[in-house]
Amino acid sequence: MKKVTHRSLTTRLSLTLLALLLSFSTLTFGQEPAAADAVADAAPAADLGGDPAAGKTLFNANCASCHKLYAKATGPALFGVGDKYEKEWLYKWIRNSQELIKSGDARAVAISTEYNGAVMNAFPALSNEDIDNIIAYTYTPKPPPVVPTGATADAAGGGGGGISSDIILAVLALVFLMLAIMLYLVNKTLKRIAVANGVEYEDKERAERLPIWKAFAQNQFLVLVSAIFLLLASGYFAYGWMMQVGVDQGYAPVQPIHYSHRIHAGTNQIDCKYCHSSARKSKHSGIPSLNVCMNCHKNIAQVGDKTYQEGISEYQIDYNKEIQKLYDAVGWDRDNQRYTGETKPVKWVRIHNLPDFAYFNHSQHVTVAGVECQTCHGPVEEMEIMYQYSSLTMGWCINCHRETNVKLESNEYYAKIHESLSKEYDFPTLTAAQNGGLECGKCHY
Amino acid sequence: MASNKKYWKSVEELKDHSPILETLRQNEFVEAIPTDEFLGDEQTMENSSTSRRDFLKFVGFSTAAATLAACEGPVIKSIPYVNAPDEIVPGVANYYATTIADGFDFANVLIKTREGRPIKVESNDMAMHNGSVNARVHASVLSMYDTQRLAGPMIGGEAASWADFDSQMAAKLNGMAGKEVVLLTQTFASPSTSKLIAEFTAKYPNVKHVVYDTVSSSEALDAFQNKFGVRALADYDFSKAEVIVSVGADILGDWQGGGYDSGYSAGRVPKNGKMSRHIQFESNMTLSGANADKRVAVKPSDLKKIMNALNGGSTSGLSDKVAEAVKNAKAQLNAAGANGVVVCGAEDVACQAMVLEMNANSVVMDTAKPRMVRQGNKAEVLKVMNGVMNGSVKGLIAVGVDPVYAFPGKGFAEAFANLELSATFAMKANATAAASQFVGATPHYLESWGDAQIKKGYFSLQQPTIRPLFDTRSFQDTLLAWMESEQTYYDYIKDTWASILGGTSWNQALQDGVFMSDAEVAMDVAGSENVDTTLEDATSNGAQDGASSGMELLLYTNTAIGDGRQANNPWLQEMPDPITRASWDNYLTMSAADAAAKGIINENVANGALNGSYAKVTLGDVTLEKVPVYIQPGQAKGTVGLALGYGQTNAIQKEMQTGVNAYALYNGFNLMQAGVQVEKTSGEHEFACVQLHNTMMGRDIIRETTLDVYKDGDVHDWNPIPEVSKDHQEIPVTSPDADLWDPFDRSIGHHFNMSIDLNACTGCGACVIACHAENNVPVVGKSEVRRSRDMHWLRIDRYYSSEEDFAADTKKKDDMSGLFGDNGSLGGFGEMEDPAENPQVAFMPVMCQHCNHAPCETVCPVAASSHGRQGQNHMAYNRCVGTRYCANNCPYKVRRFNWFLYNENDEFNYHMNNDLGRMVLNPDVVVRSRGVMEKCSMCIQMTQKTILDAKRDGRPVKDGEFQTACSNACSAGAITFGDINDHSSEIYKKKKDSRMYHLLEAVGTEPNVMYQTKVRNTKES
Repeated sequence: MKKVTHRSLTTRLSLTLLALLLSFSTLTFGQEPAAADAVADAAPAADLGGDPAAGKTLFNANCASCHKLYAKATGPALFGVGDKYEKEWLYKWIRNSQELIKSGDARAVAISTEYNGAVMNAFPALSNEDIDNIIAYTYTPKPPPVVPTGATADAAGGGGGGISSDIILAVLALVFLMLAIMLYLVNKTLKRIAVANGVEYEDKERAERLPIWKAFAQNQFLVLVSAIFLLLASGYFAYGWMMQVGVDQGYAPVQPIHYSHRIHAGTNQIDCKYCHSSARKSKHSGIPSLNVCMNCHKNIAQVGDKTYQEGISEYQIDYNKEIQKLYDAVGWDRDNQRYTGETKPVKWVRIHNLPDFAYFNHSQHVTVAGVECQTCHGPVEEMEIMYQYSSLTMGWCINCHRETNVKLESNEYYAKIHESLSKEYDFPTLTAAQNGGLECGKCHY
Repeated sequence: MASNKKYWKSVEELKDHSPILETLRQNEFVEAIPTDEFLGDEQTMENSSTSRRDFLKFVGFSTAAATLAACEGPVIKSIPYVNAPDEIVPGVANYYATTIADGFDFANVLIKTREGRPIKVESNDMAMHNGSVNARVHASVLSMYDTQRLAGPMIGGEAASWADFDSQMAAKLNGMAGKEVVLLTQTFASPSTSKLIAEFTAKYPNVKHVVYDTVSSSEALDAFQNKFGVRALADYDFSKAEVIVSVGADILGDWQGGGYDSGYSAGRVPKNGKMSRHIQFESNMTLSGANADKRVAVKPSDLKKIMNALNGGSTSGLSDKVAEAVKNAKAQLNAAGANGVVVCGAEDVACQAMVLEMNANSVVMDTAKPRMVRQGNKAEVLKVMNGVMNGSVKGLIAVGVDPVYAFPGKGFAEAFANLELSATFAMKANATAAASQFVGATPHYLESWGDAQIKKGYFSLQQPTIRPLFDTRSFQDTLLAWMESEQTYYDYIKDTWASILGGTSWNQALQDGVFMSDAEVAMDVAGSENVDTTLEDATSNGAQDGASSGMELLLYTNTAIGDGRQANNPWLQEMPDPITRASWDNYLTMSAADAAAKGIINENVANGALNGSYAKVTLGDVTLEKVPVYIQPGQAKGTVGLALGYGQTNAIQKEMQTGVNAYALYNGFNLMQAGVQVEKTSGEHEFACVQLHNTMMGRDIIRETTLDVYKDGDVHDWNPIPEVSKDHQEIPVTSPDADLWDPFDRSIGHHFNMSIDLNACTGCGACVIACHAENNVPVVGKSEVRRSRDMHWLRIDRYYSSEEDFAADTKKKDDMSGLFGDNGSLGGFGEMEDPAENPQVAFMPVMCQHCNHAPCETVCPVAASSHGRQGQNHMAYNRCVGTRYCANNCPYKVRRFNWFLYNENDEFNYHMNNDLGRMVLNPDVVVRSRGVMEKCSMCIQMTQKTILDAKRDGRPVKDGEFQTACSNACSAGAITFGDINDHSSEIYKKKKDSRMYHLLEAVGTEPNVMYQTKVRNTKES
């Protein structure tokens, strides 16, 4: 018996050690790319004839929709543009690029051809000083990728938490082991003393005593009670298990493109219905078509460095690669900033699956009832990987219908109902259930 | 005490020492079981690697695996658009206005599309004259998803490319200069196509354009052309008629292109004590005859005499009864003056000219804006047929028609196959396509552009509602390609319409689908000059003079299949004929007297289904060997009827190859044929007839009254509320005292009611198909229909009177006393089961009555059937366990049980069994599975959508917004649907109408469906 205890302790210990080892190894992996990216680009020599701070404001207001500093967008990358062209030329170009092209300026024509004749807006209102400021801003060196100190700290902290609890466990195990050994030793010593003192040591009682299982078997009442208890318990668990068949709460499948609701809905505060626009008017919320993604992602080919590091360290996802997947699917040639026409529709895995016999209409809930998306879909803005938050069972639907009041006041449709209700029943409110929201045929047809 | 009786099994046992007995005593079986055969073969047993234990292991493992797999949900993929079109929002339906003009049916329709798939046809309310949105038009959407469609052009039976098709065809056409080539087309009624074909025939002078209507209205066209110089058909607005005399014209059927039922019904509903009077002379029992106030059964050969008599001639040659009826009809016509109208179905130019003459002052007939839906000329088509057979015609290009199937000439098929040039433009590889060198695959009307002028000045546009499913190209586009035009047909239409539209925008016209304009558009077919009446008379139909012996045959087109171009449509095949109530068949209709004389019987066999004798039908040198005979009450003695359009074998699924090809008897393209020999042959035909009891037997099912009683009588007499006895006191069944249940308060919110006006309902069946399309009702096939397992949520019951009218039936029942004797009920009820020789007919659409006190709800053990506060009786399919108690307890017999899985099941190989056909399913309605009960939901998906739309817009629901599929489809206005809590609504008025009654009201079910008592105008003079 003691031996068994001992063995279990060993297993426990080795497991703890293994866990410790593993947590350290993940940490090492997490740090590797961060270290690799830590080499910052050297800033080029700059002729700062203007105020970069004012330039930044101007740049963001006028240029940022088409230009980036360090990468091609609709227009070329502008970092160090003052080195490529003289200021006078730039003034002309920015104020009215089309005129410059028409005049036959070789460089203007060249750049226009390179960008497939994309027309740059004319900015006649910008003064020379403004343009100088912008040019000054374009010399802002590319900031070194943020060393993911925060992430490391977090990871270390998280890891530390793990270690500390493991240590406590290990210490406790050690204490138990020592106690067990001591008990064994004391017992042995006592026996030895007894034998030495001539005390007869015999396990008489044990021999006479009925083994407990035999006693149990002989007590019919006890057997009956425990059988009933066992049956009930197994019935209870079997029922519980069967009730969750087909309930996919927490279902979080791997999607063909790692789309982070956390970044879009959380960090960037994009309204759910910007992408899921049909939720307002249709029964389906709609998985957005890829052209909706491209509304923004035409200009966002890369995530910010901080987000990038976060993705690598916390989720082991290279967000930039995921955006590239989108480009591949939609057929966007990032280098030439044009659509190739070769599309590969994305086969998303559907998460919220209602059975065919249940009719659910998003617009009824979103537009008419004004229910927040999060009520059913949970904290989507915190979900890195989307999962099914609610159980989507009929009981869940009905509970909400019982508790939720119909918005009678602001809707002309309900005017008559509201009036007669307040007259006849003096009802201040009406739940969805009272309005017929529990009738079978409202959802099953 | 034990019995001394000795039981014995054989005589042997009586002998004392029988050796046989001894052996038997030892053996359990008389003969040894041949176990050696399967166990004795040592080699097989040893070679088998599967031991008994292995087998059990496999069984156990597969069971466990199947169980585990069942607990795992499937992974469902969702694939959004890469670039979503603006107008498509998943889950929201789009509607497009378009036009069907398939050569037989012409109508302005609205197409409901979901996620880019057309799923339902509705009528276009904007059209002032929207043609005939009948059952076939409603079903036409399914014909697009037909698996038998041509996937691309073919040359010599091999798939080809359109480029090859064009070049080879052009080479062929150019090589045939000087030889006669006929372009045989359907009626297009299309300004653009007429113009285009004229340009084409100008380029190829050897090509002659001939229009061929599979079922011709040639004589009426000739008469109209003679008088007005335009090849068209007079239009009739029966809503203005006070007296309608129809001489063999099935005005509620496909007569002259059909589409008259909405006007007709408007005039039939009594308003201010007035309704039209309809007198029908006919031989087959048609919808028109069934709806008429007075129906006179006459032979087709009498029609001409009746027309003469009506026109002031003598009544000689007519029987006294008919002569009397004609005299009365004439008197009533005269009395009605400008509001009287005569229509005629006789295939005779003189008769048709008489019609135009007699109606000249009638406000009902419109000759200024005639209808263009038939253009064909019998004489020309006959010339083509004979030309092909005698070799004078060298080439034939068939467009939208199937002459090899539908031409009556014997030997035409061989002659066609031997032509120098044979080409077909068709959607399916029909008989003509199968025999053609060139087959151009044409798109369905829902996939292509087009235009039409159904009635002069009433223009309509046809627009695609889906991308072509196959590699098809419209005939018009092909013509343009042959003429080496740069234009597409779409551009061509736009050019043509520039003059029609005047200043109106094209987009507006396209959105409306219809456009009224006084623009003159040349629509005449080149070469159809004025026809001389006398000449036409000479070639006219002998049948109408009754010259020859034998029976007279009147061919007809039935409501479901029409001329047969949609015969591969399971909805239409399964749609019961409104008159005979038989589906999946055509048959010879015959009067009971003739049948008895020939020994022909119809009988109900053990399972209740109808069986009938076969007959051999001979006309001249054509014989149809086995034609089933249906004994039709009201069929004129000495005549038989047979529906066209059946018996196709090309490009039609095996299950849909039903009936016999009656076009073989369509001699000279005349529907009326004399001298037909009919004799009984061996065998019994199995009909799929859904109504097995034909008479009402004086029961209170359809309430009827006469116009006089309705006007002047006491409503309690002609529309009484049934009474029940309580404490030996008679109280009305509607009284709260007679009620077992506590009433619900339904005053808040909506309370849906439906009203069916039995005066307006013509029995056309458009609602039946619309219900199929909206509610994903499965098709079960002929043998299942025979077992009474048809799934129609909405049926149209047809009742015959067993006396001369229903009133006499009721009187006979009321006069019965005792069991035996003259008035005895035993014999009396037996007699009442048989319909009269020329019975009165009544139609009654019956769907779930949505009882407020529903008997089905109380007996459901799992509460799958429950009641909504809005008045609908809900059916939760996922809850149903299939006990069928509800169906047994339903007094209206409207519940349908899914005996089988009808989708994705090879046993039911209809549209739900293939990917193409399933595209027609309505995504808002669940497809039911095996073992559950289903029934009419009062289109709750539609009412819920209307409510949601209103809520979303924040406005009350307007009257008329609430619709069901059937009320929407009813062009006759017989079905009204709405909210009776809205006291300004149409339905509320119907509820308060004196004609209102509930079906089987005495049962106390308080239905939410009500009927309006049928009123007949029985005024004889």
